[in-house]
Amino acid sequence: MISVIIIITLGILMIIAGIVALHLKNLLAAIITAGVISLLASVIYLILGSPDVAMTEASIGSGLTTIIFLYALNKVRKEKKDD
Amino acid sequence: MIKKIIVILAMIGLIMMLFPLVTNFEFLENLNDLSTNYVSGSVNELNSQNVVTSVIVTYRGLDTLGEVTVLFLATAAIGFLLKKKKTKKRGSSELLQTASSFLVALIILLGVYIFTHGHLTPGGGFQGGVIIATAFLLLILSDVNIKFNHTILQVVESFSGAFYVVIGLIGLVLTIGFLNAKIIPLGEYGNLFSAGAIPIIYSLIGLKVGSELTNILDTMRGE
Repeated sequence: MISVIIIITLGILMIIAGIVALHLKNLLAAIITAGVISLLASVIYLILGSPDVAMTEASIGSGLTTIIFLYALNKVRKEKKDD
Repeated sequence: MIKKIIVILAMIGLIMMLFPLVTNFEFLENLNDLSTNYVSGSVNELNSQNVVTSVIVTYRGLDTLGEVTVLFLATAAIGFLLKKKKTKKRGSSELLQTASSFLVALIILLGVYIFTHGHLTPGGGFQGGVIIATAFLLLILSDVNIKFNHTILQVVESFSGAFYVVIGLIGLVLTIGFLNAKIIPLGEYGNLFSAGAIPIIYSLIGLKVGSELTNILDTMRGE
């Protein structure tokens, strides 16, 4: 029962984080909020009993994707400055 | 105004589509026939403790080959589209450099552990490969002017990809199926050297994913 409550809470937090990421004007903060969604999803996978998927989600979704988005944001900003 | 109405209509459509999933949901008391076959086959035929790994590597091996190919194409496209211009930049602090040169080896060790123990504990080639790539990310962050030897990265990537396909083809030649793990002796249940070719295949996938993602990170940072 308690795990169901935790999962529902995490799901609501994920939806809130998604809406916040859409509405943030600061792109850096939006990217980090999108990473938080993946982190919460990986906790849900762990509670539901699939550690393999949780590891993939935590390492790729919230780690590597965030870093690559940050690099891409940096690149876009630099090219705007050059023009 | 019209935009908002269309968005609301689309959301209502999505809710109508997904609502039957919630109402028709029921907990399964028993595994169905396919799952029972996979679970008993993983333990009895393949000697693998981790059922997920045996499904990914052997029973659905062709799908995994497809995933690895997609990753390879993504890496090739990023390397092709983003040209590297070299600029000198200010290095980071000495504290970060010293700490990261100590940590990098440990992180790589963790990644290697995860992909060699894929058939025993959760995790596998993809997760281990990503962890190895994060070790190289730490190197990039600590020393901005560091250069990676692209020849070694490419050799590791191509050889692991080629060996992966060769192992699959050996299964075809022995007529037990493409990417079947039973091409070498299965060993003792629960040991590191067990489950046939699964540790070998997962190690190759781990090396391939690690070198590809390192390549992506190295290309993306180039200004």
